[in-house]
Amino acid sequence: MSETTLGGIAGRMPKFIRRADPAVLTAFACIVLLLFVGSLYSRSFLSPEYLLQQLKVASFLGVIATGMMLVILLGQIDLSVPWSVAAGAMMACAAAAYGPLGVALAIPFGIFCGVLIGVVNGIGVAYLRIPSMIITLATNAVAQGLMVVYTGGFSPQDSATGAMRFLATGFAIPGVPNAVIIWALIGAAMVFVLTRTGFGRTVYGIGNRERAAYLSGIDTRRVVMIAFAVSGGLSAFGGVLLAGYASKAAQSMGDAYLLPSIAAVVLGGTSILGGRGSYLGTVAGVILITLLQSILSVMQMPEAGRQIIYGVVIVAMLLLYGRAPASR
Amino acid sequence: MKDWRYWLAEQRGTLLALGIFIVMFIIYTSNHPAGFTANVVQTAANKGVLLAFVAMAQTLVVITAGIDLSVGMIFLLTNCLASWLVVGTPMQTALGVIAVLAAGLLCGAINGAIVIYGRLQPIVATIATGAVYYGIGLLLRPFPGGSVNEDLADAMTGRVFDLVPASLVVLFAIVLLIWVPFSRSVLGRAAYAAGSSETAAYMSGVPIRRGKFAAYTLAGLLAAIGGLFLTFFTYTGDAAYASGNAYTLFSIAAVVLGGVSLFGGKGSAIGAIFGALAFRTIGDLLFVFDFDPLWQPLFQGVILLIAVSLGAFALFRVRNRLEWFL
Repeated sequence: MSETTLGGIAGRMPKFIRRADPAVLTAFACIVLLLFVGSLYSRSFLSPEYLLQQLKVASFLGVIATGMMLVILLGQIDLSVPWSVAAGAMMACAAAAYGPLGVALAIPFGIFCGVLIGVVNGIGVAYLRIPSMIITLATNAVAQGLMVVYTGGFSPQDSATGAMRFLATGFAIPGVPNAVIIWALIGAAMVFVLTRTGFGRTVYGIGNRERAAYLSGIDTRRVVMIAFAVSGGLSAFGGVLLAGYASKAAQSMGDAYLLPSIAAVVLGGTSILGGRGSYLGTVAGVILITLLQSILSVMQMPEAGRQIIYGVVIVAMLLLYGRAPASR
Repeated sequence: MKDWRYWLAEQRGTLLALGIFIVMFIIYTSNHPAGFTANVVQTAANKGVLLAFVAMAQTLVVITAGIDLSVGMIFLLTNCLASWLVVGTPMQTALGVIAVLAAGLLCGAINGAIVIYGRLQPIVATIATGAVYYGIGLLLRPFPGGSVNEDLADAMTGRVFDLVPASLVVLFAIVLLIWVPFSRSVLGRAAYAAGSSETAAYMSGVPIRRGKFAAYTLAGLLAAIGGLFLTFFTYTGDAAYASGNAYTLFSIAAVVLGGVSLFGGKGSAIGAIFGALAFRTIGDLLFVFDFDPLWQPLFQGVILLIAVSLGAFALFRVRNRLEWFL
């Protein structure tokens, strides 16, 4: 399509640029811009150590946003991220209190709890046909209630296991944080699933038109349910990593990840209506948002200012290239 | 069919919500240690109207087949604003109230402009604007504090003729002043039409954009009235993130309980008000039955989950499986 419509200057550009999504290019351009602005504030902003540290922080959001992207590609949304993250972290830490077996099973158990939340979401959306934003808000509330009852309203006392800390802060390969490797692995798996498997094609198909996908003989409901389960599991895994990073779980640790995970996916050029988007864009979105947060904290912006700038930037960028087609 | 049957079919959601509320309130008061007294009713009313205002706000947007995830944050922001402005002489207080309501209107108008003229999805747009409103609230009140004109606050939270809770009277007045004119006006009809079938409404020349814009704007105003009342009850402003989120969530629960269709085009703010009152009463039931307050979030979450799952009963009426995907 781009070959015919662009023509002229664009036609003479190298092929990889012509094929790239303008949204992804914009996101990467914004990353370069942010790096430039950051380097004006502090010289160490462009040092390899600092950038690697940013990449490590970004990988937590990256893992969570991967699940969110899968759901958004379906044209749905997962608002249960905050307490899926918190439940994953808390349950992993809680399991650690039950002896050596508990320590060994801490990470899988945390992820399992997230998958459970995701499955409830999936059943609600796929089989009961409840709008995803409503059912995920409800499961978010239920997960919160369960965690409040479990912890007695205080921050849990259990701390993260050695394995969790190793995953989040260790270095299996010298110089490369483990968290980044994990994000890379999950990202690679996601790219493989989306581009090389029938499941991935179905996800895009459902996002474009679920009726058509159903009529071509696909069990769309199962695919939707699996996608939500994966999203819940990845949110919980992100929580497990965060708990390892902070070496303990906290009550509202997931609140800070809802807007960023949606924003990262949407800023990366994935259509909020589903059916269109690439993982490369999500990577760009995650890095973009992490850098934005980092610059705001380097500028010592208080929480209030951060929230305001954050919301304004997201609305502004969406208005630039995330608009729905004019109706009719 | 007779006229009254049409009326009944149209009001079914509202009447159901009213029924749930009455049953819950009877259970509540009959188990309350003080019983059915003016004091108990006043306390319950004061807590209920807060959610009722926010639920009304949510209803207006949900009718247009949208959703406003920033209502809780507008509620918080106007609460913080009121704790600065609604003080001093009667004149200053009146100006303060007007300023707070105008701020709510503005927030709603911004949401509406972004969603309708900016053509962004309501969910993402209102989560983002919610972050902005919360940030401004936090800027105004980094720590809980502030004050309010206590004479006005006491009048609004007290009883009229020592019998009827004043907050209920105000709620009734707001319904008469905002909801009734809106739902009967062209704009209100347009909002309903846009929710039920936007394309068809557009083709018939209904002013859907103006209708939707009016719905979002009035939603901001109603959330601001809620925020104002929160200030009257607490005498302070407090930008508590969890509280704003909870009100957004509960407003959706109230809307669902009140028989407003989340797919748009169906339901009324009256239903949402009874939904809100019922939801609050259900939450309070735990206290009269001596449960640990820790269970309240879980209990409310489960009620919300059940309420939204009730919509699945419509699936039993599906004849052609393709109707799933509408």
